[in-house]
Amino acid sequence: MAEPATATQAAAPVVALLKDELDIVIPTIRNLDFLEMWRPFFQPYHLIIVQDGDPSKTIKVPEGFDYELYNRNDINRILGPKASCISFKDSACRCFGYMVSKKKYIFTIDDDCFVAKDPSGKAINALEQHIKNLLSPSTPFFFNTLYDPFREGADFVRGYPFSLREGVPTAASHGLWLNIPDYDAPTQLVKPLERNTRYVDAVLTIPKGTLFPMCGMNLAFNRELIGPAMYFGLMGDGQPIGRYDDMWAGWCTKVICDHLGLGVKTGLPYIFHSKASNPFVNLRKEYKGIYWQEEIIPFFQKAVLPKDCTTVQKCYIELAKQVKEKLSKVDPYFDNLADAMVTWIEAWDELNPTGPVPNGKAA
Amino acid sequence: MSLSIKDDEIDIVIGALRPDLTSFMNEWRTIFSRFHLIIVKDPDLKEELKIPEGFNLDVYKKPDIDRVVGTSTSTIFSGYSCRYFGYLVSRKKYIISVDDDCYPAKDNKGILVDAVAQHITNLTTPATPFFFNTLYDPFTEGADFVRGYPFSLRSGVQCALSCGLWLNLADYDAPTQALKPEERNSRYVDAVLTVPARTLMPISGINIAFNREVIGPALLPSLRLGGEGKFRWETMEDIWSGMCVKVVCDHLGLGVKTGMPYVWRNDRGDAIASLRKEWEGVKLMEEVVPFFQSVRLSREATTTEDCVAEVANVVKEQLGSKDPMFARAAKAMVDWVKLWKSVGSSTSSPGA
Repeated sequence: MAEPATATQAAAPVVALLKDELDIVIPTIRNLDFLEMWRPFFQPYHLIIVQDGDPSKTIKVPEGFDYELYNRNDINRILGPKASCISFKDSACRCFGYMVSKKKYIFTIDDDCFVAKDPSGKAINALEQHIKNLLSPSTPFFFNTLYDPFREGADFVRGYPFSLREGVPTAASHGLWLNIPDYDAPTQLVKPLERNTRYVDAVLTIPKGTLFPMCGMNLAFNRELIGPAMYFGLMGDGQPIGRYDDMWAGWCTKVICDHLGLGVKTGLPYIFHSKASNPFVNLRKEYKGIYWQEEIIPFFQKAVLPKDCTTVQKCYIELAKQVKEKLSKVDPYFDNLADAMVTWIEAWDELNPTGPVPNGKAA
Repeated sequence: MSLSIKDDEIDIVIGALRPDLTSFMNEWRTIFSRFHLIIVKDPDLKEELKIPEGFNLDVYKKPDIDRVVGTSTSTIFSGYSCRYFGYLVSRKKYIISVDDDCYPAKDNKGILVDAVAQHITNLTTPATPFFFNTLYDPFTEGADFVRGYPFSLRSGVQCALSCGLWLNLADYDAPTQALKPEERNSRYVDAVLTVPARTLMPISGINIAFNREVIGPALLPSLRLGGEGKFRWETMEDIWSGMCVKVVCDHLGLGVKTGMPYVWRNDRGDAIASLRKEWEGVKLMEEVVPFFQSVRLSREATTTEDCVAEVANVVKEQLGSKDPMFARAAKAMVDWVKLWKSVGSSTSSPGA
């Protein structure tokens, strides 16, 4: 039976890696009590809280955290008419946090995710593992049967070409969940009692050309490498679909990473997911997605980006074009989504102008 | 063990590169003894085999191999390739093959791993090569497909090959092991996953299982290093064969799984001594990998034999001129298909 960790204070790292280069983005509608448990691991970092739902409600942030908080009014104020691309009443609004961040790395986590324990009972510092994943190369061109060759105690196996052993930069690190697994509504309804108790001690690169369902509950990425692709789409209020925000971002991200020669890892770290959302509510939100994904997935599997798409923004705009051309016939929603994708990029570029950034490097 | 699989549908094939199999067989007894075993003695091995009593087995030695395939052909079964003779003469649906220096491993709870049962489970549950499931094998107990996994892909495809892993002495190449002489694999990863379609990987022959009826002819002895030796560090035959198998499986819509079961691989040999011999293989992979990544089989290739023949042709055309080793490998592949057709029992239903 999986349980969350308790004595996390003892597990605080001596050195908080990347503490001035990483923002933790948290969407919330309720409260941030869960941060207490994460305090030893998160306190050194800057938080970006994106408050979803009623902006007149005050979200209490536990003492001692350095944070900025944005509610809907702030989003409207900062983006003006472009705020239309940010979802309302859905955790997809978190991508606003990615846009306003000025850091190189982002870690995003849901407010019902707690510290998990590894099989030895030790509290897992998920952020530290994500950082390790992001700072070591990925190997998308050839599968290593011993998983991540850069982990301690592992290496490339016999037959792995030496020319591919340097790997490529890692753009995203996709973590997993103990306890409540990330199932869709139909699966939840059929297996309401299933809990994920299997700790799989592996990190692996998702091979080039292979798509996957990216969950936004426990995710980290290199904002400089892939940030603009992490648009979480149009969900929630006024939209025909929900719970496909992270899926959409994941498919776009993977296609672009494959095109640009960047890597995506999945596996460790685990967090403890405590709350099972209502499967009937989920079914209503996902319903259209379950049908649409049958069209969406082949679309992404076949998507080809032209050679002159050399930046993430160019790739993304091109994808938006293809979405409009090929998916609008599935539902007019995709027409709106394609427009929103373009708006997102415009907003991203406005808030993140290219040119020398404070550390002297071109963005 | 899957209830629907009868023990008599399984052959366990062991290539004997060392004469004394006593401790090997005894360690595996509780797991192997209910099955039929095929032991193939490396034709180059001079000493008599020592095999303990109490097993249902057939042993094939050089004279037997000569009798079945002819003395000129029997050379293809030298060294680690001797196990392919076992695959050739087997009449069973499933084959499980483990190197003779591997023993049963223990899992994270200290329980002995039944590698046969795990391989059979892998082979008899569907594979999911077209979309990656982040919770790994969705058919294992306590797991399922995650949110966002298309429902049309959830029935999966037939799994043709199951690639296991190794604790203790991992299957590293000689340079890697020589650089880290003390490194031993102690990480037991509790997962089985499908290798995605069109993704290639080094398929090690140390611990594998396959559906012989579906994919048998594609596991073949063909690439032989000039300096091939009697340690895995000194061979690439399985890596080459594995690339062929994966390309064929991808073309026929069959699945390949990797992960559990683990076996415990004993320390054997000296990586530094093997460096000289393996360097040839290491260099070859630089050509071999891009080549296989580019291979596309024709729509007319609907059986495993046809696929292998086509791969052989492409090898001959594109790699043959680069190194005579490839030209020989291509010929060996063509000969193998002929041999399989004449000696092997009827196999290879058209691909899924």
